[in-house]
Amino acid sequence: MSVRVFVPRDTTALSLDADAVADRLRREAADRGLELTLVRNGSRGLAWLEPLVEVETAAGRVAYGPVAPGDVPTLLDAGLLEGEGDHPLALGPTEAIPYLARQQRLTFARIGVTDPLSIADYLAHDGFRGLERALDLTDQDIVEEVKASGLRGRGGAAFPTGIKWQTVLDTPADQKYIVCNADEGDSGTFADRLLMECDPYLLIEGMAIAGLAVGATQGYIYLRSEYPLAKEILDAAIARAEAAGYLGDDLRGSGRAFHLEVRLGAGAYICGEETSLLESLEGKRGLVRFKPPLPAIEGLFGRPTVVNNVLSLAAVPFILAEGAEAYADHGMGRSRGTLALQLAGNVRRGGLVELAFGTTLRTLMEDFGGGTASGRPLRAVQVGGPLCAYLPEHQWDLPLDYETFAEVGAGVGHGGVVMFDDSVDMAEQARFSMEFCKVESCGKCTPCRIGSTRGVEVIDRIRAGRDRDANLALLGELCETMEDGSLCAMGGMTPFPVQSALRHFPDDFRRAPEGDRS
Amino acid sequence: MRDSHEWTPQAIQAEIDALRHKPGALLPILHAIQDRIGFVPEGAVPIIADSLGQTRAEVHGVISFYHHFRTAPPGHHVVQVCRAEACQARGARALEAHAKDRLGVGYHQTTPDREITLEAVYCLGNCACGPSVRVDDAVRGRVTPEAFDALVDELRTQPLEVIA
Repeated sequence: MSVRVFVPRDTTALSLDADAVADRLRREAADRGLELTLVRNGSRGLAWLEPLVEVETAAGRVAYGPVAPGDVPTLLDAGLLEGEGDHPLALGPTEAIPYLARQQRLTFARIGVTDPLSIADYLAHDGFRGLERALDLTDQDIVEEVKASGLRGRGGAAFPTGIKWQTVLDTPADQKYIVCNADEGDSGTFADRLLMECDPYLLIEGMAIAGLAVGATQGYIYLRSEYPLAKEILDAAIARAEAAGYLGDDLRGSGRAFHLEVRLGAGAYICGEETSLLESLEGKRGLVRFKPPLPAIEGLFGRPTVVNNVLSLAAVPFILAEGAEAYADHGMGRSRGTLALQLAGNVRRGGLVELAFGTTLRTLMEDFGGGTASGRPLRAVQVGGPLCAYLPEHQWDLPLDYETFAEVGAGVGHGGVVMFDDSVDMAEQARFSMEFCKVESCGKCTPCRIGSTRGVEVIDRIRAGRDRDANLALLGELCETMEDGSLCAMGGMTPFPVQSALRHFPDDFRRAPEGDRS
Repeated sequence: MRDSHEWTPQAIQAEIDALRHKPGALLPILHAIQDRIGFVPEGAVPIIADSLGQTRAEVHGVISFYHHFRTAPPGHHVVQVCRAEACQARGARALEAHAKDRLGVGYHQTTPDREITLEAVYCLGNCACGPSVRVDDAVRGRVTPEAFDALVDELRTQPLEVIA
């Protein structure tokens, strides 16, 4: 058999020329009369090493990266196909790369290992074991298992997933729905994308289990339109899962039905808010709904609906296959299981880091991340997306867990960690927070719609040096109004990054205005 | 990319008829129309409204709510520059200024030769390898101003069609 060589095809690898690397490998091998089987796998999540080329050897897979198309000839000269290590890009056995070896991959165990669309690969790596077990359990038993795991919503709100499922199970209806929130709009987050592109059957399995648990026969994945590759992969995976009996009218001969469809968003950040998402799925403007009623009681088309983030649903197959305890054994306090952290922004070694709750930011940014890409000192880090706080150095030793972060006015959110070096102007970042809210507000409530516009103006006046003290006081009041008076997290949390910038980096708001600096 | 943004009411109706049976069909229909002709023409609004039993105002309201839907034909290529925080930390502000300067247009505008429409985007999910740019459906990572120029040159190099 010819040697198997893996060249990833997720968005990040492709954005760094992975297709050209694959082409070059094919051509060079043919020219040299070498035989190889090219597998387009997902990414291991080690973005800084992409494109990460792997070769299967008798001793396991060995890695080379980051590989540019022009590196291919010298790699082949050095014995790439034999897994030889005498090349500057040789990384040795993939699983022994410290960045990967030090992680606790429960949800992301399979990414990069398999061909994302191969059901045979998925089954060979423990796939569909959770669904098979769920088919033998009662609906209530499935919900109990998820409750016992301690799983909380990974989209950022951290609401207990099992409780949400119980509400939907307990609400009688002629039709119920499972909706996957795949509108991953937070800057600095890409875990949902990685999961959908690299292990789509895991999400499909998680949604099918959710359907069995609450009695829903229809699921929708609401995917952002910025992810065209994830759409292509999910559509293909759904078709194959249907053909193999893991979706459709008769799941694995059980007589139970679950249908799944991908729906594309259309570039509206607000549609990541669950009620806005439901409006959008119904074909309307993505205006936020008042709560109550909760979507679990009156959700999509007025029916009981589970709305869960990609990572919440993707955690479920492990919980069912291995048992709630195996999942709950990880973590600290009331934050059980693992968190998919995403190292982004100005970072030397960016990528996906799945760890049990409780790690510190410093460990993450220094040991995993290796500091900044620019080599300059780190100054601020935004954790949890554009609606969460910027953290200064004295907060980098806090353990990452929902409660600890909430105590200091910060959030874990969806696990995005965006690093900034000392060239960052935090007043400019605060302005952007307001500007982003202005662009993306759905417009339903006044504090968000008008407050964000006024916020940009007030920060502009502060930065221009006009009536600084009065305008700083005004900005403080505006933030309070938005926080207390907005209908949803968009307007209600936009103040968090602004207030954190004001509190921790006050000097940036008192710099000489641009043009006055010498 | 497509060279023609021509459309007919029949083409619009065909897209609607293929999808109207779906619950919440409006967004899928708008996507299908834009994928086919590059934008959602104003003339499509009454056809959609009639077919779905909605008012023109409702359909217009949905089109105008979402950044993705455009109501005028774009250039041959759509270039989106990520403006979000993770890319800012890697120089996105300088890149967007460079992009506007190099193309001589602002966001939501098309170059006079109709080659490139420039758009802003808030996150492409490539946050560990920014700054990122999306050209049509392909994302590019670690885009320096020089890399951006090379990208633009590539897009503007028209392949010659040889007629046998």
